[in-house]
Amino acid sequence: MSTNKELISKIGLRLDGRRANELRRIRCKLGVFTQPDGSAYLEQGLTKVLAAVYGPHQVRGGRSKAQHDNAIVNCQFSMAVFSTNERKRRPRGDRKSTELSMHLQQALLSVIKTELYPWSQIDVYVEVLHADGGIYPACVNASTLALIDAGIPIKEYVCACTASLANNDTPMLDISHQEEIIGGPTLTVAALPMSGKIVLMEMSQRFHLDHLKKVLEKALKGCRDVKQILDEAVRLHVRDVGSSTGWAGTG
Amino acid sequence: MAICFPIHMSFRIKVGLRFFKFLNEKCPKKIHIRLAAHRVNTSVAVNQRYPKIYTPGEVITSQNEFMRGHGTYEENGDLKSSVAGVREQVNNLISVRPLKSRYNGEVGDVVVGRITEVQQRRWKVDTNSRLDSVLLLSSVNLPGGELRRRSAEDEHMMRQFLQEGDLISAEVQSVFSDGSLSLHTRSLRYGKLGQGVLVKVFPSLIRRSKTHFHNLPVGASIILGNNGFIWICPTINNAEESVGGFIQNLEEVIPRQERETISRIRNCILALAQSKMMLFDTSVLYAYLRNPLSTPYLNCWYQRRWWTSRY
Repeated sequence: MSTNKELISKIGLRLDGRRANELRRIRCKLGVFTQPDGSAYLEQGLTKVLAAVYGPHQVRGGRSKAQHDNAIVNCQFSMAVFSTNERKRRPRGDRKSTELSMHLQQALLSVIKTELYPWSQIDVYVEVLHADGGIYPACVNASTLALIDAGIPIKEYVCACTASLANNDTPMLDISHQEEIIGGPTLTVAALPMSGKIVLMEMSQRFHLDHLKKVLEKALKGCRDVKQILDEAVRLHVRDVGSSTGWAGTG
Repeated sequence: MAICFPIHMSFRIKVGLRFFKFLNEKCPKKIHIRLAAHRVNTSVAVNQRYPKIYTPGEVITSQNEFMRGHGTYEENGDLKSSVAGVREQVNNLISVRPLKSRYNGEVGDVVVGRITEVQQRRWKVDTNSRLDSVLLLSSVNLPGGELRRRSAEDEHMMRQFLQEGDLISAEVQSVFSDGSLSLHTRSLRYGKLGQGVLVKVFPSLIRRSKTHFHNLPVGASIILGNNGFIWICPTINNAEESVGGFIQNLEEVIPRQERETISRIRNCILALAQSKMMLFDTSVLYAYLRNPLSTPYLNCWYQRRWWTSRY
C-alpha cells in the first residue's frame, strides 16, 4: 500500500505517468459562446473550465459602485454540481467559491488596464465543469483567454500553475487531484510570465523555507510554459477569424 | 424528521430516474451534449496569407519615435501591444486593432439601440457600447413639424414617445470625452421601430458602407446597425409612410409569407455570423438565395441580375 502512495516512483514517473516537470495536456478554445463579449474553454488534464467575459459595460444596479477613474472588475467563480466526485450542494456562494472569486479578481486586476474604462464594469464568470486538481490555475488561464477574446486591453498574459514537493526533495509541476489527496504541500502561483512578477501565491501546507526557492522556480517555469501554449492558441484563433472576415478594416 | 428526510430524498431520486427513463423512451430526439473542445470550427478561410499577429505583452517596437495608439502601451521604453490583433500604422501612430470588441462609435454611424432609461430631457440607450448612449429630447423630431419649440409639456410626455424597452434606429451625432455617444433621430429614416426581428452579432462583422438601410428584393428590409444590432422588418411600401417618428403599429397583421422571409433572413444572418463572414446587403442576399426553399424562379432571376450588375 505504501508503494501506491508514493508521489514519484523510483524511475521518476508520477501516478499519471508524467515526469516531475511536465504539465498536463492543455487544450483550449476561444470564442465558444456568442452571447458574451468574450469566452474561452480550457482543459488542463481532466480539469475543464468555461469562462465568459461581459463588458466593459455601464454599471448596472446602483451607480454608487461606479468609479470615475477606472473600471470595476467583477468575478464570479462557480463549480457545476456534477464537477466533483461527490455531488455539490451549492454551485456558488459557499466560502471556497467566494475566496476563489476574490483571488481571481486579484489576479485579473493586476493585468487589465482598467484606467481606460471609467464608469464601466467588466464581468468575468467562470464555471468549473470537471474538477481534477488545479482549479484555480485553470480558471485564471481560461479567464485570460476570455479577456483576450473580448478585446479588453491587458498588460500581458496572467498565467497560474501549481507545484508541490515530492519525497521532501523533488519539486513537481501541475498537481492533479490524486496527488493533492495523497498529500504534500501545494504551492499555487499566479504570475505575469513575461515580466516575471508574481501576482498571487498560496500554500496549502508548510514546508521548510529552504525548499521554497526551487518549488517556486518550478511553478514559475510552469507559468511560462502555460503562457506559450495560450499564446499559440490565441494566434491560431486570430488567424482563423481574421482570414474568414478577410482582415476587414485592417491594413 | 431525521429518519424521514433520507426516505423522502430517495423517493425523489427514484421519481427523477423514472422521469428520465420516460423521456428516453418517448422522445426520439436525444439530447447531445458536446464539450467545446470537440466543436467543429465553422470559420471559412478566404486566403492563406495573413499579416503579423500581435498578442498582449508583445513588443511592437523599441524605437521611441512612435506614438502609442489604441491597443498599445509603453513600458520600459518599449511599445507593447495590449490586445490580440493586427497592427495599424498612420505616420507615427501605431495602434493594434482587436478582431472583436465592444462597439466604438464614430460620428455618422447608423445604430439600432434599446431604450434603458428615461431621464430629464434625455433617454439612455443601450447600443452595445462601453457606456450607455444618450438621446437628447432636443435631438429627436417630435410629432408636429421640425420647427416646433420644445415645451415643458414635452418633457412630461417623454415616456409617451419612447419608453423603456423600445427599439430605435438612430445616427451618432457626437462622441463625448468619456467615450459615450450622443444620438439623434432628426431624419425620417430614423425613429422608433415597429414590427420585426432583432439579431445581435459582433460589431466587427458589419461592413461599413454608404447606406445601412436596405430594401432586399426578396420582400424584407434590413437595418445593419454599425453596433452589431440588425433589424429585419417587412418592406415599407411607400416612402410617405416611412418609419420616422414615434408611430408604432402593432395591430397590423404581417402575412405569413413575409414572416417566413424575415425568419429565413434571420437564420441566414446567424449562419453567416457563426462562420465569421462579413455582413452587408449582398452577402445576406446571396446567403438567402442559396436557400433551397426560396422560390426557384426568383433564384435564377436574381442571381443573373446580381451577377450582371456586379461584374
